[in-house]
Amino acid sequence: MTKAKNPDLTYPDLSSYEIPEDKLAQIEGMRDAEKRALMARKAELEECECREGMFPNPMASRRSFFAGAAAAAAAAGSLPVVARAAAPPGAKEFEVPSDPTKVQGRLTNDDGGYGSRSQFEDEVRWRFPTKTKESSWTMTPLAAGMGMITPSGLHFERHHGGIPTINPASHSLIVHGMCDKPKKYSVADLKRFPSDSRINFIECSGNGLTEFKAPYLKTVQGTHGLTSTSEWTGVPLSTILDEVGVKPGAAWILAEGADAAVMTRSVPIDKAWSDAMIAYGQNGEALRPEQGYPIRLMLPGYEGNTHIKWLRRLEISDKPFQTREETSKYTDVVKDGKARQFSFTMEAKSVITFPSGEMKLPGPGFYEITGLAWSGRGRVKDVEVSTDGGKTWHLASLQGPILPICHTRFRFPWMWDGNPALIASRCIDETGYMQPTIASINEVRGVNGHPKFASIYHLNGIMAWAIGADGSVVNAAHKV
Amino acid sequence: MIKKLTVPSRGAKVAAGAVVVTLSFAAVAGAETFGFGTTPTEQEIAAIDIDVMSDGRGYPEGSGTVAQGKEVYASKCAACHGENMEGVKEAGGAALIGGRGTIGTPKTKKTVESYWPYASTLFDYTKRAMPFNEPGSLSNDEVYAVSAYILHKANIIDANATMNAETMSKVEMPNKDGFIADPRPDIFNYR
Repeated sequence: MTKAKNPDLTYPDLSSYEIPEDKLAQIEGMRDAEKRALMARKAELEECECREGMFPNPMASRRSFFAGAAAAAAAAGSLPVVARAAAPPGAKEFEVPSDPTKVQGRLTNDDGGYGSRSQFEDEVRWRFPTKTKESSWTMTPLAAGMGMITPSGLHFERHHGGIPTINPASHSLIVHGMCDKPKKYSVADLKRFPSDSRINFIECSGNGLTEFKAPYLKTVQGTHGLTSTSEWTGVPLSTILDEVGVKPGAAWILAEGADAAVMTRSVPIDKAWSDAMIAYGQNGEALRPEQGYPIRLMLPGYEGNTHIKWLRRLEISDKPFQTREETSKYTDVVKDGKARQFSFTMEAKSVITFPSGEMKLPGPGFYEITGLAWSGRGRVKDVEVSTDGGKTWHLASLQGPILPICHTRFRFPWMWDGNPALIASRCIDETGYMQPTIASINEVRGVNGHPKFASIYHLNGIMAWAIGADGSVVNAAHKV
Repeated sequence: MIKKLTVPSRGAKVAAGAVVVTLSFAAVAGAETFGFGTTPTEQEIAAIDIDVMSDGRGYPEGSGTVAQGKEVYASKCAACHGENMEGVKEAGGAALIGGRGTIGTPKTKKTVESYWPYASTLFDYTKRAMPFNEPGSLSNDEVYAVSAYILHKANIIDANATMNAETMSKVEMPNKDGFIADPRPDIFNYR
């Protein structure tokens, strides 16, 4: 269906950006992460002499097959067969029989009772190359995603002090402060309460930070990979607040993690009462360690940093705690020089994941444009797709169930005529809010007013991809 | 008729028939609360209740001087944050001082001095998460001392200052008025 091209590893010159050092360092880091993945792919492409005809993927040579229009190349005898010594992360390497119908397969339950993915599937998160691996983040490979659920092992990460190893038998949650009955809960105690399951996205408010000023990164994993969706199971925080008896005047709750950063954020008590949850389950099993095992806070629709992982303490208070993460970080300097604080909500957003950056369409014909839409304020009402750079918009079909504060898969059938095209999507959520253009965000917050600096957080503007006459797909942020 | 047993939730209390909910709750739990968990001792709470608030609540006992902080800084902090608090890019340690007045300009430089609105955050974060290679290892006196040294180098307190719960509470940071509430939605493109 798609053809990879030899990746272009050149990036816009940052010297013209004239932006603060910390912001510059973040953009450079995102660039390096993407570059590293693309270089890995380039190396393999050269190795197997198969520059054409493969799905764009850093480790694509494992797949050794062509599809769609590229099948002609296979028929011509150039089908590459590349053996690899090691299986991709999350997979085990097995010998591939020439005819699986002529030999018995692997033994039932020989995997010890816990399955792994196919050795031919190699999508992985990318790590942002921070100076330390303890304080870093990874991005979900959205281009290859299907449906709305993110596999637990591909959920994006952000850690400030590494991933702690916690024995749930010795972990507890203490709830105290402005309440009648302070409580200490073991993980087993929490699991005795009436439970709830919700499918919610979590998005880092830094998702898209490289794209404020101009198109920068090449792939959707780079530009939008800091969002993921899981089914989360746990006990509603309102149940716990009822148990401890919140005192009048309480307005904020400090949530604190048991990692080396002892991560803390202040949560408005209204949010705690409404839909907050102490989660112990993810996609039908226990939370993954990197997602907060054994328990994490879920604050649906709020920026990811507030969903405190490895939760150990909740302190009820009358004021916010002004922690480092809600003062020096996760605040947005806008054009009057003031910084917006407690910018919790992730606003309506969408992105086309196919076709997306670094892919190559093999030629004119039918393509199903697909992507994800989401809103921290509720359900996605509509997603509109444009294939003419925003001149006309058409309703995409939405894959049900359409859940509040959840990735929603959209699809749009498209006959590409082979001419250059500019494709984009925009999300309208159930409040009526329509995903704005990046330009309109910058106009209000300040990048256009002050062309020499840019924000870091909360970019939810319309993302566009430009398709060239040769079928190549490149980042066209700001062009719609 | 079979009635569905429900458990109380705040939403149910507000929205649904309170009588039904109360009855079914009694049938399930037989009490006003579930009562799971235990009551933590004061010591258990105190052991992890380490946060310090901007109005001064939460500062522990202890004190430290600028001079003492200079020594703590040299042995515990300088490797990552630089001898002169200029930051060490290779180590991932941020600059702690400088940049005052740059916020919102093309030369924006966010440091403790230029950006952090409260001194309590400096104490709290240092106590909970620093130094990076030995998080949470500093004594209260060391945290007071190193806070004093950083605040002095940031031209916020005098060289002869002693910091403790009382003096830390009184520190006014240069950017204390630099923050506003989130006004979003800030783009009105509704349909």
